[in-house]
Amino acid sequence: MDIFDFSEGREGYYGEYGGVFLPEILQATIEELLVCFRECKADPKFWQDYVALLQNYSGRPTPITHLENLSRKLGGAQIYVKRDDLNHTGSHKINNVMGQGLLCQRLGKSKVIAETGAGQHGFATATMAAKFGFECKIYMGAVDVARQRPNVFWMENLGAQVIAVEDGQKTLKDAVNECMRDWVTNMADTHYILGTACGPHPFPEMVSWFQSIIGLEAREQMLKQAGRLPDRVYACVGGGSNAMGIFQGFIDDDVELIGSEGGGHGVGSYMHSSRLAYDDATVGVAQGYKTYFLQNDEGNMNETHSVAAGLDYIGVNPIFAHLHDQGKVRFEAATDVEVKEALKLTMRTEGLIPALESTHAFVTAIKEAPTMGKDQIILINQSGRGDKDIFTIADALDDAKWKSFIGGKADQYRAENN
Amino acid sequence: MGLQRFIAERKQSKDILLMAHVVCGYPSFEENLQELEIMAEAGVDLVELQFPFSEPSADGPLFVLANEQSLKSGTTVDQCFEFMKLVSGRFPFKVLMMGYYNTAFKMGEEAFVKRVKESGGVGYILPDLPIEESPKLHRLSEEAGIEPIILMTPTTSDRRLAKLGEASRGLVYVVARKGVTGSKTQMGDDVLALIERCRGHTDVPLGVGFGISSKADIDVLRGHADVAIVGTAALKIWQEGGAPALRKFFTELMA
Repeated sequence: MDIFDFSEGREGYYGEYGGVFLPEILQATIEELLVCFRECKADPKFWQDYVALLQNYSGRPTPITHLENLSRKLGGAQIYVKRDDLNHTGSHKINNVMGQGLLCQRLGKSKVIAETGAGQHGFATATMAAKFGFECKIYMGAVDVARQRPNVFWMENLGAQVIAVEDGQKTLKDAVNECMRDWVTNMADTHYILGTACGPHPFPEMVSWFQSIIGLEAREQMLKQAGRLPDRVYACVGGGSNAMGIFQGFIDDDVELIGSEGGGHGVGSYMHSSRLAYDDATVGVAQGYKTYFLQNDEGNMNETHSVAAGLDYIGVNPIFAHLHDQGKVRFEAATDVEVKEALKLTMRTEGLIPALESTHAFVTAIKEAPTMGKDQIILINQSGRGDKDIFTIADALDDAKWKSFIGGKADQYRAENN
Repeated sequence: MGLQRFIAERKQSKDILLMAHVVCGYPSFEENLQELEIMAEAGVDLVELQFPFSEPSADGPLFVLANEQSLKSGTTVDQCFEFMKLVSGRFPFKVLMMGYYNTAFKMGEEAFVKRVKESGGVGYILPDLPIEESPKLHRLSEEAGIEPIILMTPTTSDRRLAKLGEASRGLVYVVARKGVTGSKTQMGDDVLALIERCRGHTDVPLGVGFGISSKADIDVLRGHADVAIVGTAALKIWQEGGAPALRKFFTELMA
């Protein structure tokens, strides 16, 4: 199936979701972007350049690892992992960013802006901007700036300006709003590098296209390494870009696709970011597109929560809203507590440190693997690496030695300042 | 009386009309009422009542804060409509609903149009709803006799202006510059050229807004635009100097 084969007059729509809901002032800019994207997509040379850039700069293709220890321990399906954590900057975010960087060059714009939640997209964008010579501004909720200092440190040292957004909940959605405000002012020389498959058309399609490299590689690698396609593929879903990336490789196959959302404190807690796995979200229009949002009856957004900042978002990409309706993708949620346990298990049995976001996919896979046969195969997308989360993970694990180390560092800085 | 006829009648006695703006429930509905009384005394012709939304991405810092604080204090859509009803019955100016599309979408478009009408509103401004997405809402509005306010901007191509012009009714909102609400606009030849460009594509009255904050700005528009739209400037003055300052501000604007 081609999800992007729009019917007449329905360009940018996936079932009833998607579209372009932007102020009139941005219509010309979004039109210009759409035209440029169509040219890029139709040009085989563009895709070749994109793949070559990722090979030479980011280490693609990323490998697939067979988790023999974990598979044996769980006693069910054989577990394989796509290692997008091994990209430069530590996550799949770099794929989309490099693609949009090439596109920005074609647009002839000299400045880029981006929103970021956990900081991985901002980090990747700052990296790309340094390499391509773009001026770069990153908008990040003040709450996220406070909890993701290491990524802020790298963004600033890579030459980007990081702006802490003090509006609203001071998280990812507010950073998106602030990017929109920058863009309506500076669109003449600025490209907005949206980090996930959300927002107005053509962003969901464009980001999905760049991320499809994950699935293209993974399908080929599974055939070669495991001798056949997996029975199930698991990926975490915040906005949904890594999941869209890997799922596209298997969407026409007899493979079950499972998205794992941020369950936070669990069902009924209203402190989570599960738009599709739980029943709390409804259809609405915000941030330029129509999809399922965690919102109240009057259409104002609710507070969301996830231990993984990258999943802590009100909306889900419109393509998934549609695939969910059609029953093509199943959605589950992983709670903060489950994530912590799955992370410990994965570290100890396999020596892998998935990002807290990616660990959500591990939770669901680990739950389901024992119920499957030993001859069955599952594939997990490890979209990011967890060492960036050292502060959050150390807190979650209540690690006394880490706390004492940080305390010591703090004393040292204080002494230096006095 | 329809919006366009109202504007035409008022324009018989003055050369440019004034549209003002309040964010419902910010700082409070009581203060909104005091602001509106001052606006009415000064002879303001039209007022936008902004329904607060959690993601006001087309607004600048002051209105963003106003939206946020209003919601935090518990403002509901129902209260905003009740307020609209009160205001449209009490004052001689006409009232428009201003807000984001999700407010209308969540109510259902039929219910939204019905409620605006019942509350005495003559139209609505939904800046994040492009015309491609509004045929049904426009049809419902026409049936109910209220006007969807179309926005025209400096980045809009002539081809698109033609399309917008065809859909325009009641009043067109000409966005004087790029950006969000609340920053200064250099009122000059660029804005006048934009007005002329828009005029070429529609017969309905033109209101010009974004960054208008003084009588000098309005003087530039006199003879070119039908309505001058003042938003953020008034809220800023209210916050800084309260009722006396706002009275002085509008008296000077209308002089």
